Amino acid sequence: MSRRGGGGPLNLDRWRPAPFLPERDTRDSALVFVVAVLCFLACLTALGVIASDRAARGWSHQLSGEMTVIVRPKANETPDSAAGRAAETLAGVAGVAEARALEREKAEALIAPWLGEAADLADLPVPRLVAVVLDREAPANAQTLQRALQARGLDAVVDDHTTWLADIQRGAAIARWVGLGVFLLISAAAAAVVAFATRAGLAARREVVELLHLTGAEDAFIARLFQARFARMAAGAGLTGALAAAALGAALRLGGGGQGLTPVLPVAWSDLLAVLPCPLAAALVAAVAARLTAASLIRELS
Amino acid sequence: MSRNPNAAETADAWDAVVRFDDVSMRYGREPETLRDLTFSLPQGSFHFVTGPSGAGKTSLLKLIYLAARPSKGLLHLFGQDVAQTPAEVRPFLRRRIGVVFQEFRLLDHLSAFDNAAVPLRVAGAKPDSYRQDVAELLTWVGLKDRMHALPPTLAGGEKQRLAIARAVVGRPDILLADEPTGNVDHEMGLRILRLFLELNRLGTTVLIATHDQDLVARSGMPVLHLEEGRLVHMGQVPAGGGS
Repeated sequence: MSRRGGGGPLNLDRWRPAPFLPERDTRDSALVFVVAVLCFLACLTALGVIASDRAARGWSHQLSGEMTVIVRPKANETPDSAAGRAAETLAGVAGVAEARALEREKAEALIAPWLGEAADLADLPVPRLVAVVLDREAPANAQTLQRALQARGLDAVVDDHTTWLADIQRGAAIARWVGLGVFLLISAAAAAVVAFATRAGLAARREVVELLHLTGAEDAFIARLFQARFARMAAGAGLTGALAAAALGAALRLGGGGQGLTPVLPVAWSDLLAVLPCPLAAALVAAVAARLTAASLIRELS
Repeated sequence: MSRNPNAAETADAWDAVVRFDDVSMRYGREPETLRDLTFSLPQGSFHFVTGPSGAGKTSLLKLIYLAARPSKGLLHLFGQDVAQTPAEVRPFLRRRIGVVFQEFRLLDHLSAFDNAAVPLRVAGAKPDSYRQDVAELLTWVGLKDRMHALPPTLAGGEKQRLAIARAVVGRPDILLADEPTGNVDHEMGLRILRLFLELNRLGTTVLIATHDQDLVARSGMPVLHLEEGRLVHMGQVPAGGGS
C-alpha cells in the first residue's frame, strides 16, 4: 500500500494494510545468493553420492555374478583343448549360466601389462582362462565348480573374485561414507549460513522488532513475521540452487547417454528427484533460525 | 507490603494507574539514572516531566512504557507490580500505553497511514473498523495530504505529528510523550497541547516530558521536576515559573 515517496489524499476504500516487513529488501540479495550457492553444492553432492553408490553396487553386482577359471593343460593335451574341456564341464554345472574359454590372445592381452612389451609371450606357458557367468537366481559357488573340474581330471583354479570384490566393496563403502560426510558438511554449512544471515537480516530490522514490541505486539506475533519472511526467502534461494544442480545433473545424464557422463559416475533421471527436499529444508532452517533469533532479540528488549 | 507514606499525590495512590515506590534505575553498571522516586499518577491526571537535559525524563518514561526495568523499588501499572507481571501479560499492558518517542521511531517502508495504524493492527483490529478513524486523526494533525507519504519524505514536524497520531490512535489509558513539540512551530505546538488536553478530558492519563516552559505555563498543569535523577518537585509550577 505504500506508494514510495508519494503524497496526496488516500482512497480509503482501496486501502489495505501493508506488510510490517518489506516484501523486497536490497539487503537480502547477498543472503539469497549465498544460500542458493550452498544449496546448489549440497544438491550436487547428494547427486554425486547417489551416483557413486549406484556405480559401486553395479561393480559389485557384476563381479559377484562371474568367476574366472585358470586352466593348466596336462602334458598330453593342448591348452586349447584343456580350456575347451573345462568350459564344457562348467557349462553343465547347476548354477552356471554360461562358460566360455577365452582365446590365447585374450589371455596374453591380460598379462601383457605385467610383463612389458619386450617379453615374448609365445615362449611362455600362458595359462588359459574360462569366463563363467553364474545363474543370478541360484548361483553356483567356487567349491562346486572346483569339484566338477577335479572330477573331469582338469588341473584348474577357480577365482571367484572374492579378493577384488572385498576391495571394491570396501572402496565403495568409503566413497559412500565420504560422500555422505561431505554432503552433511555442506548441508550443515548451508544451515549455519542461513541461520547466521537470518540473524543478521533480523538485526538489521531491529527497529521494526522494537516498535512492534513497544506497541504491544506479542512475542509470537513478531517471531511469526520474521519466520515467514525468512522461510520464504530461503525457500526461493533453495529452489534456485536445487534447480541449478538438477540442470547440471540432467546435462551429465544427457551428455553420457544411458550411463551418464561416465560409467564411473552413472546418473539416472530419478536421481534428480533428490534435490526436491532442498527448498523445504532451507526454509525450515531459516524459519527455526529466525524464530530463535527473534525470540532472543525480544528477550533483550523485555 | 506497607503503604509508602511518601506518596505525593493527594488522590488515593493505591488507585493510581502509575505508582513508583522508591524506584531507582540504572543502565548496566552505570551510576543510577533515576534515584528513589516515589510518586503516583491518578487515573485521568495530566503532568509534565521537566528538568534539565540528563535529569532522567526519558528514562522515567521508559520505565512506564516497559522498555526498562527498575533496578530497585516497586513500579505498579494499572495496579499490577510490573516485576511480577508474567511476560505474556506485558504486551497487553503496553497496548494501554501510547508513546510519542523523542526519535519518532517511524517505520520507513510504511506509509504515514500504515504507520499511524500500527498499534491497532498489533492489537488485532480489522482494517474496516479503524481506517476512517485513522484518516480523521491524520487529517486533524494536518497530514491529510501526506497519508501516502513515506517517513523519509516527511519534514521533521510532519514526522512528529505522525508519531503523535500513532500514539493516540488506540485511545490509550496512558499517553506518554517525550518532547512532543520539539520539532513543530508554536501554532502546531498549541494544537498538539489541545489534543492532549482533549484526550485527558476523555479520561486518558497524560505524562509529557518537555523543555518547553511556555507549553507548561499555558497548560496550567502540574509538573514532576527531576534533577540528577531525583524528583525534587511535584505539583504546580512554583511562582516565577522556576523549576
